Amino acid sequence: MTSRLDPQPLEWLDRSETLSFEFEGKAFTGFAGDSISSALLASGQTLLGRSFKYHRPRGVVTLANHDVNALFQSSEEPNIRGDITPLTAGMSLTACNVNGSLEKDRDQIIGTLSRFLPVGFYYKTFHNPKKLFPMWERVIREKAGLGTIDTRWSVRRQAKTYGFCDLLVIGAGASGMQAALSAAEQGLDVVLVDENPQIGGSLDYQLVNEANAAPIRERLKAAVQNHANIRVLPAHLACGWYTDHYVPLLGPNGIIKMRARAVISATGVMEQPAVFRNNDLPGVMMASAAQRLIVRYAVKPGQRGVVLTANSEGYRAALDMVKAGVDVAAVIDMGSANSRGVWADEIRQQGIRVLEQHAVYEAKGKKRLTQIVAAPFDGHTCEPSKAFEIDADLLLMSVGWAPAAQLLYQAGGRLAYDSTLEQLLPQELPEGIFACGRLNGAFTLEQRLADGERAGAEAAVFLKDEALPAELAACRDREAHSHPWPIVDHPGGKNFIDFDEDLQLKDLVNAAKEGFDNIELMKRFSTVGMGPSQGKHANMNGIRVLAAVTGRSIDQTGSTTARPMFHPVPVQALAGRRFRPERLTAMHQWHLDNGARMMEAGAWLRPEYYLPTSETGVSDAAGAGNLSIREQAILREVQAVRTGLGLIDVSTLGKIEVMGPDAGKLLDGSYTMRMSNIKQDMTRYALMVDESGVIVDDGIAARVAEDRFYVSATTSHADATFRTLSRHIVEWGLDVRLVNRTGSLAAMNLAGPHARKLLAPLTDIDLSEENFPYLGFKEGNLCDVPVRLIRVGFVGELGYEIHLPVASAQRVWNTLMEQGAEYGIRPFGVEAQRVLRLEKGHIIVGQDTDGLTNPFEANMPWAVPLKSKPWFTGKPSLALLKARCQRTLRGFMLPKGYSGELPKECHLLIDSGDIAGRITSIAYSPSLGRYIGLAMVDQPLADSDRLYQVRVDSGALIPLEPCATPFYDAEGKRQTVDLTEVA
Amino acid sequence: MKVFDCPVIGPRPISEFDYGGEVRRPPMEADAPSWAAYVFNRQGAPGLLREWWYHRPTGRWYVMERDTLKDEVVRFIDLEEVRYDIPA
Repeated sequence: MTSRLDPQPLEWLDRSETLSFEFEGKAFTGFAGDSISSALLASGQTLLGRSFKYHRPRGVVTLANHDVNALFQSSEEPNIRGDITPLTAGMSLTACNVNGSLEKDRDQIIGTLSRFLPVGFYYKTFHNPKKLFPMWERVIREKAGLGTIDTRWSVRRQAKTYGFCDLLVIGAGASGMQAALSAAEQGLDVVLVDENPQIGGSLDYQLVNEANAAPIRERLKAAVQNHANIRVLPAHLACGWYTDHYVPLLGPNGIIKMRARAVISATGVMEQPAVFRNNDLPGVMMASAAQRLIVRYAVKPGQRGVVLTANSEGYRAALDMVKAGVDVAAVIDMGSANSRGVWADEIRQQGIRVLEQHAVYEAKGKKRLTQIVAAPFDGHTCEPSKAFEIDADLLLMSVGWAPAAQLLYQAGGRLAYDSTLEQLLPQELPEGIFACGRLNGAFTLEQRLADGERAGAEAAVFLKDEALPAELAACRDREAHSHPWPIVDHPGGKNFIDFDEDLQLKDLVNAAKEGFDNIELMKRFSTVGMGPSQGKHANMNGIRVLAAVTGRSIDQTGSTTARPMFHPVPVQALAGRRFRPERLTAMHQWHLDNGARMMEAGAWLRPEYYLPTSETGVSDAAGAGNLSIREQAILREVQAVRTGLGLIDVSTLGKIEVMGPDAGKLLDGSYTMRMSNIKQDMTRYALMVDESGVIVDDGIAARVAEDRFYVSATTSHADATFRTLSRHIVEWGLDVRLVNRTGSLAAMNLAGPHARKLLAPLTDIDLSEENFPYLGFKEGNLCDVPVRLIRVGFVGELGYEIHLPVASAQRVWNTLMEQGAEYGIRPFGVEAQRVLRLEKGHIIVGQDTDGLTNPFEANMPWAVPLKSKPWFTGKPSLALLKARCQRTLRGFMLPKGYSGELPKECHLLIDSGDIAGRITSIAYSPSLGRYIGLAMVDQPLADSDRLYQVRVDSGALIPLEPCATPFYDAEGKRQTVDLTEVA
Repeated sequence: MKVFDCPVIGPRPISEFDYGGEVRRPPMEADAPSWAAYVFNRQGAPGLLREWWYHRPTGRWYVMERDTLKDEVVRFIDLEEVRYDIPA
């Protein structure tokens, strides 16, 4: 049996394309342009789903995504909203939330038990006795929740785009289109969005048969689509409003992050259900849903219909039904027909029975409406004694509207109840937010157009910074379109307020009586409005019930918070791409080509160690036992630096040029030690602490000229150091310019006894000890490239840090590797560098220090000149902390030849059963032939002569031998002396 | 996401900025309790606050007076107003 009508003038269908699909194992067809629900209804399938709690039969009720009766499951996707999801060919669907089949749902028995499932049931039951709860939890989990997720899901990414406009108009109905036009005429750049695939809104589905609407419709649609200043985006949902008019628009291809300068909400109203027994039966639907079915999808909603109404829209809908061939048995008016305009007269002229001061007391039927029980209604209750029956398979509800004001609320707007219109209306809107149309109480077409015109003009005036006329109420209607109490009590219940959550009238009344009489409490206790449609069809009646029970007004009762998103948004549209920039040094490809294993260091990738493919064995002179390939590689690199030559890429170091007459003053204030007296061509260790005295960074400062320094910073703190120095310049009013050269300069450290011999023939810089001593700094040429050389001793050997332009770095690196071959040069990675510096007892900020470590604890009192410097950031804190050192970084060793379980970094030191510190660094030292490390030791233990004990993974306590640092070459001879002569 | 309407570089999204905390001035002469109070205590009451904001793409610091209750930038502060001398 088909319910498809002949082609309708505004239908969305493309009848040339027939789509086949499957539902509950049966074959169906529809047209391109159908939604899943409309295709099913067109084929006579009116039972679309089962309700969440009682598994009651459900069909179309709003057809506007304001309810979730029609939830479907495909093999890939759960909870497909059939009312608004376009039908596609080959879909294979089943109903969600069904035990068995949709037709024979075994769980419908729960409906007969509803008497025993009162409101708050879950909170009250199952927790006593406690030990049974796990069993109940299993049962509840089984019954709760909706669709099934495909766990073999594949990643589907959607791109995000950014949009900008002067004015965003949300809702492309009569008032929205008019508002967009009026603003665009003023020269504004306007974006007009609508969640529906076609623009027009209720101007189409509600006014299709109004003769005077047709020319207006044609004019508006053509005008907005052809206007140079308007971009029309149908099928885009305005998900929510965020600060400064940031509105994500969800379209078929993902989200557009729209930044507007002003927003007009022309989102209209959402039709609200009447509340009576069995108001959820398939066949009972909103008048607007029936109109959508006819106008958009050419589906005849039923054979014999009754309209329950409290406004003129109901009469208009009744006429639409007549036109579509529905036999309209009666119009039941909850009030008087006098104020229903010409439509009421026309209904009477057609000989259709009009029952004034009546309501529907009950709907009857099993899986589809068959009969209506009507009764006199006094505005609050029915008289069941005078009830009578009318046969019908279709009942339209046209009893009132709630504003789609979610975005207005999110923007901080305030709505107030208008007792003329019996509707919540915008009362105060924040700056740059405007509202028009039915949302704003403009109901006739003339009012809506005038209101759109007004809002568009106001937005234009606002954006031109002119005086703002505030005439929100100018175009509002003067008669009610909503009934203040569309609710009929029934001793049998099943009169639903919330279709998502199966909440009946008595549930809300009982919740209020139990003391949950605040709207927010009632929502949470009863779960009204908490289902997937988020109260779009339930909140208004919920508020009316609570107001009635508590004897308060609608405004006093208030409304719950309307959070984004307006409709659910798939995670694939929200999820970001993994966008994490990785910085690569100039030698990155060389590292990869030469067996480097890369590791992350801040935003950079650095070689951790190199695994040359040609080599197999390792000279394990120190007898370190069975080492992994990784450890062998690191060991080899360490040995190369100690006995021959090593070259490490240190381009990731922060490099900052500090220039200007106050450069010295800036560095003096920012670093602990004095920098203004560094001699020309010399460097000094640069330690930075914060105001509380905690170490945040270290590096080297070099004096390039009288008014010029060159400062390095640790890899991960380089940006922060630049930021701190920049701020100090401003704070202290200094005449300094900074240039962050971290990215433009590469750097490498050539270290080992043969460093000087390799460099000397390649550079014009005099490398002699007298001219270029330890900690010296020189500018010159190396391999004909302008470079800066710094004599550093971080790894404890004769070493030169070479800073040079990125573009030339690879060439210099290659030359050093080639020329260094005769000295056994090796590239070394971060791991070998850590071992080398550990042998020298140098700390690594962030590894040996944490977010609380001060220089005294890090064993660097020499870097804190409290007496000789009047001020540096953190000095007052360090002056106070000096005498209160609670822990100290100390060196330790494991016995030679130790072969037991190895302690690891972060293992705890234990003293008399209490935690007394932790290991911060530990590594095998090939130079010493044993494991060495640093530990942060609590002061009492550090001051004692007790052995340290560390608790390892197995729980065993391993003794550590405290020792002084540096572990290697304590006098530092190797970094100052030309070793070829002493060796 | 908010927009900061900067008089120098125009309106920019707040995601381009780093928050630098409230504008404060360290007491150059202070006993231990008042120094500790300076280091560890922050003004948390809602109201007008002068704050440091760092614009990452241009590497520039700004001071903005912000109403933390309404989350609105009231005005930009001339950096001359927040500078102080440190002992040399």
